[in-house]
Amino acid sequence: MQKTADHRTVTIDGNEAAATMAHLLNEVILIYPITPASPMGELADDWSAAGVSNLWGAVPEVIEMQSEAGAAGAIHGALQAGSLATTFTASQGLLLMLPNMYKIAGELTPAVIHVAARSVATHALSIFGDHSDVMAARATGFAMLCSNSVQEALDFAFIAQAASLKGRIPVLHFFDGFRTSHEINKISLPDKSMIADLLDEQAVSAHRKRALSPLQPVIRGTSQNPDVFFQSREAINPFYQAFPGLVQDTMDRFGEATGRHYKLYEYHGDPQAQRVVVMMGSGAETAVETVDYLCRQGEATGVLKVRLFRPLDAGLLTAALPSTVQAIAVLDRSKEPGAGGEPLYKDVVTALVQHWSGDLPKVCGGIYGLSSKEFTPGMLKAVFDELKLEQPQRYFSVGIVDDINHTSLDWDPDFRTDAHAQAFQALFYGLGSDGTVGANKNSIKIIGENTELNAQGYFVYDSKKSGAVTISHLRFGPDPIHAAYLIEEGQANFVGCHQPVFLERYEILDKAAIGATFVLNTSEPPEQAWQALPANIQQHIIDKDIRFYVIDAYQVAQDSGMGKRINTIMQTCFFAISGVLPQAEAIAAIKDAVHKTYGRKSRKMVSLNIKAIDETLANLHEVATSKQVSSSDQAGVTMPADAPDFIQRVTGRIIAGHGDLIPVSALPVDGTYPLGTAAYEKRNLALEIPVWETDLCTHCGKCVFVCPHSAIRSKAFDQEIVEQAPETFKHVQIKGKDYPQGVHISYQVAPEDCTGCNLCVDICPIRDKSNVSRKAINMAPQPPLREQEAANWSFFEALPEYDHAEIKRNTMKGSMLMEPHFEFSGACVGCGETPYIRTISQLFGDRMIVANATGCSSIYGGNLPTTPWRTNAEGRGPAWNNSLFEDNAEFGLGIRVACDQRKQAARNLLEKISGHLDSKLVQDILQCAEVDEAEIHEQRERVAQLQQVLATLDSEDARALLELSDNLLRNSVWIVGGDGWAYDIGFGGVDHVLASGRDVNILVLDTEVYSNTGGQTSKATPRGAVAKFSAGGKSTAKKDLARIAMDYESVYVAHVAYGAKDTQTLNALLEAESYPGTSLVIAYSPCIAHGVDMSFNHRQQKMAVDSGHWPLFRYDPRRAESGLNPLRMDSKPPSLPYREFVESETRFNMLWHSAPETAEKLLQQSQQEVQQRYLRYQQLAALDWAGPDVDE
Amino acid sequence: MQTLQTQYLGMTLKNPLVPSASPLSRDLDSARHLEDAGASALVMHSLFEEELIAEEKKLERFFYHQDLGHHESSSFLPLPDNYRSGLDTYLEHLQQLKSHLQVPVIGSLNGITDAGWIEYAKELQDAGADALELNVYYIAANILESAEDVEQRYINMLRKLLDVVSIPVTVKLSPQFSSPVHFAHQLQQTGVAGIALFNRFYQCDINLETLAVEPQLQLSSPYEALLRVRWTAIMRGQLDIDIAVTGGFHNTPDIIKALLAGANVVHLCSALLQQGSQRISTLLDEMRQWLEDNEYDSVQQMQGSLSQTNAADPGAFERSNYRHVLQSWTPPPGVRY
Repeated sequence: MQKTADHRTVTIDGNEAAATMAHLLNEVILIYPITPASPMGELADDWSAAGVSNLWGAVPEVIEMQSEAGAAGAIHGALQAGSLATTFTASQGLLLMLPNMYKIAGELTPAVIHVAARSVATHALSIFGDHSDVMAARATGFAMLCSNSVQEALDFAFIAQAASLKGRIPVLHFFDGFRTSHEINKISLPDKSMIADLLDEQAVSAHRKRALSPLQPVIRGTSQNPDVFFQSREAINPFYQAFPGLVQDTMDRFGEATGRHYKLYEYHGDPQAQRVVVMMGSGAETAVETVDYLCRQGEATGVLKVRLFRPLDAGLLTAALPSTVQAIAVLDRSKEPGAGGEPLYKDVVTALVQHWSGDLPKVCGGIYGLSSKEFTPGMLKAVFDELKLEQPQRYFSVGIVDDINHTSLDWDPDFRTDAHAQAFQALFYGLGSDGTVGANKNSIKIIGENTELNAQGYFVYDSKKSGAVTISHLRFGPDPIHAAYLIEEGQANFVGCHQPVFLERYEILDKAAIGATFVLNTSEPPEQAWQALPANIQQHIIDKDIRFYVIDAYQVAQDSGMGKRINTIMQTCFFAISGVLPQAEAIAAIKDAVHKTYGRKSRKMVSLNIKAIDETLANLHEVATSKQVSSSDQAGVTMPADAPDFIQRVTGRIIAGHGDLIPVSALPVDGTYPLGTAAYEKRNLALEIPVWETDLCTHCGKCVFVCPHSAIRSKAFDQEIVEQAPETFKHVQIKGKDYPQGVHISYQVAPEDCTGCNLCVDICPIRDKSNVSRKAINMAPQPPLREQEAANWSFFEALPEYDHAEIKRNTMKGSMLMEPHFEFSGACVGCGETPYIRTISQLFGDRMIVANATGCSSIYGGNLPTTPWRTNAEGRGPAWNNSLFEDNAEFGLGIRVACDQRKQAARNLLEKISGHLDSKLVQDILQCAEVDEAEIHEQRERVAQLQQVLATLDSEDARALLELSDNLLRNSVWIVGGDGWAYDIGFGGVDHVLASGRDVNILVLDTEVYSNTGGQTSKATPRGAVAKFSAGGKSTAKKDLARIAMDYESVYVAHVAYGAKDTQTLNALLEAESYPGTSLVIAYSPCIAHGVDMSFNHRQQKMAVDSGHWPLFRYDPRRAESGLNPLRMDSKPPSLPYREFVESETRFNMLWHSAPETAEKLLQQSQQEVQQRYLRYQQLAALDWAGPDVDE
Repeated sequence: MQTLQTQYLGMTLKNPLVPSASPLSRDLDSARHLEDAGASALVMHSLFEEELIAEEKKLERFFYHQDLGHHESSSFLPLPDNYRSGLDTYLEHLQQLKSHLQVPVIGSLNGITDAGWIEYAKELQDAGADALELNVYYIAANILESAEDVEQRYINMLRKLLDVVSIPVTVKLSPQFSSPVHFAHQLQQTGVAGIALFNRFYQCDINLETLAVEPQLQLSSPYEALLRVRWTAIMRGQLDIDIAVTGGFHNTPDIIKALLAGANVVHLCSALLQQGSQRISTLLDEMRQWLEDNEYDSVQQMQGSLSQTNAADPGAFERSNYRHVLQSWTPPPGVRY
């Protein structure tokens, strides 16, 4: 940090800015993770855990709640008890808080909720930024104060709190999710003493005095009747009328103290402007930049930044506009379908009508930037151009091509302001796992905190968890950087490509400026590097006179002991040749940063990084370029020629990174997308892939069972079919008495979809008797095998499925012969969840409907551009939807009820018109239980036969039955989600569905933390584990969800860990599905958040089971009908000391490095706990269930 | 009254019994018990190269492997600011032992490479270690590695160590050198202050059920002591460095033999693990009694009196001893060949 006379400068993101002030000004902080607001809660928790005190010298208490609704309720309570309380949220989280927000505001309670504004899920979930969430809160009575930048996120966090205390109106302080919440910028941090001076302690005291207390008892929160409710609501009006003045007064005093002056409605631009845009949020900063440029071009334009949206002071807003304005565009970053205009637009129109003197200017409403859609100066220029028209569109959109409604404005993508003339703009293409983003954040801090330069960083990711592509946008310059948009084409002074494979896929240099510097990590020697570039990259270099450097970063990393870690090396390259800082100064700063990052934690990492930095300079080479394009290769992603039209027009373009250019007409209107699209993304992530050894293999199927990405498959087929197989296609007579001679089996890898996690090899139980290191499946380098195995894979895929009726699904070998309906997900390498999902998709995929809670499984399962869910050759497959995080059980129940209702209607009709049908066919249909593959197949045949007959009958009932007849087939409803959902936010719903007795199957993928949002504690987190919000180790035990479910005695319950006992998992899934009531399968799912090497995933599962951490059991209520105890233990009593289990996982053993006494105490408790829990289960399982009433 | 004083690594110790690196020094209380029972110095439990490397790997997971590159999760596990590395903990413990014990504390480094970790020895010195023991627990299993290479590994590690510390250094040797005396002399020339004879290599076993190779922990037995006694006797007169014997010293007669052969100190480990700290007190009493019974004034008087140089029959420590043993064999009763 740099300290000046009255402030320090810090280089932080918007979330940290807001959280800094929130932590300083509050006593109770109630949190719940939700993107993109989670970091605020995490930081607050970290600070409190580290003993950082607030303004009053106390350490704020930070508590994670079970949901945002819980957080809001707890805040309400804390406020009523006189505390200063806050929370951080976004999107659906804010929506869950709404009921309490009405209460908090209705009781005139000062408080601030900080929101990283994000889209609300509609046709699709989106984690990105717009104002649709905050607009949903505009009627709650909360004031709404909008920050447009990282600096404002800090400043307004204070102003909101100070004004709220003074005016008793709670404030929703918001800023744009991701664009502001995750943008790193150099900002000023006021001194604590200055904050103390500015805060009205009397207002704080007044708030405390209103606290509920038995010493001054009152009753608040009464029920009121028609006689007085109305008047009471009106009684609050003076507070709202006074509030804008209070906020402005606070802003003014803040401005005097800091030099940063703000207005509630702040006009910027030509005082005589004729065209003005009115807007809120980060886009307004882009508007300022554009207006400045246009004014210099002689265009009388301006922008009105609306900071206080509620209570809206219409008079002040109107007065802030120049009287010369003739045309106004009010830009909303939200959409209210069916409304007469978006919220800000309507408020501005109303304000003008009420307060404008003279002829009203033309007012148009436009929407922009939904879900973080780029909003650039070129788009603003288009808006201003539209306002020049005699009849500008009353309603328009900007930033998309709307070829359906024809309301979108055309914009010039090449329009640029001169805002960055003095700035240095740099772009970096990296992999999520190569540390590029971390290194760039580090670079920003180095420059921001060691020089007078201003700095900005923003990071764009794709939606994959394995092999994700990251693009870092960095700007440095002498002036403050406000641009709230990405580096545009032709603007980057520096481009770093940290992975050579990107050259094949992306137009890396389209954003490079003339005279830019390009550095490429490649294994090509410098003298061959030019020739190895694709033609379009060469063309960019020639056209833009780009200086081209190469480094073999992986070799440097290996030579300097850094393994595959290239981040420091590429960071050094940037500083060495970009010229942003003098080289020696920059290198010294990187080394200093290395010391700060790793410090005493790891002396080795310090020394290796320092070595890598020094080695980098010696291995960075400038490449002599040619004036002629010499390559014929072209960068870019193309879809196979035979891919369906939708894949070509939509999916393929999104994969290629051109989704922004897809017009409205090309996209589904209701969020419905085809399955099977993940197969079109050939990501080639694996360095090594498994190779099958036919001589050793016993065809047990375990490798297929554990594959997280469904990249190794087995198929049985008649030997004759493979006569035309590629030469290297492997197949042998299948072993086992269940399969006749001549039936062959093949284990085939999808070489371009495998992630190389090694789990298939790890689980393989067969070793060569002469060489135990050789198994029936072994890893081998992918590149030499890629082409050959890709051909084999294509051949394998085209082979027909083995007759399911002939397959024994309860054997591993048999079940793994069934094709998966879930393949090639973007889940993490070695993911512990996906094998469960793939397995249910194999067993039931052609008849299943999936209700998927928001979380990892909904992201790797349903995040565009592709989905791993797929159909079979007959077009059948899983139907999938994600409703919300909190309601998934209820959502699934609704699906079940609808299926049952439609089925019953079909059966009723079938019985009604049975006289016109073959009576045996009718009876067979009505009586078929469809419990095995043969029955399912037969029922499908019968229904098809029925449909043929119905089509010939001329009656309303027959036609109605024909429409409903598919419902005569049994659907398998699966309710899938993680522990955050099942144990916490959705537990109420889970519990209700468990009690319902309806035929649904609940699969809980228990990673024991909120994995998707970054490893926050859930009630499934075990005692002693370190997780976010439990930095000191979770002090309470994991909730025993299975036992709660068993208490109903009508629920099928299974506790499984596929890597510890695969057949138990398989049987549990089969039993759960066949159980005609509610089933709950709680599946142990090792996760990257556990801090284990995921290639040891199975070992960790086994240790979890052997230590008693995860006992295996099944509770099947059907057994009670036979006088048997429903509970069966499938694992033995704990045999492995719990210490050995916890020592093997970083999430536990890290505590020994920070709080060894606590760690030891928690370990002792856990050890006792697992013993006792097993004993309790064992006792339950040993009960004589026959009982006296059973007739022997 | 006989004095048990001995000189070791430049220090005057009140007796030759020095507990070797073991779990007993991990805890301050048990270290105090050792001192109370009469231990004249203490070799700390080892700072293992592998542990440091494993911790580095764990930290790598923290620093590096959390990078998924996903919008919603830029990290998973919180790394505490008050993180203490294994080295930090070791140093803190060393400082704690130094501040609570009167006897010298010898730090112990256990590893096989001269990579960066060995430089941490400087921090052990700064934390107050009176001397350092370098335990090179190395199995020479590489067909390309010659005996000279193995010896050079020791020498290189020792050099690195001596480059960074000024306190005395002793090296714990493997019993499997082709020419132990020659090699010990090389160490002496390199600057070592002492050697410890010998390391005990725990043997791995093959699990016949799982066909997995599994480690076996077996404590030493008195049978092992004589190997140390012999080599102490052989080296004593030829080298000008201190000698500690370690491995198999459970009872007073063996300890006396080691001292007669020329050992400066006798390390105890298995005996203490099996019988507790008080075993030292018993052994000291028995040693005093032996000295008295045999009319020795001091340990120093007897040290090396039966080394090969001083022994009445120097050949007994060499091949003649072997021949004699073979010829002395008589079949057990009832056994016919």
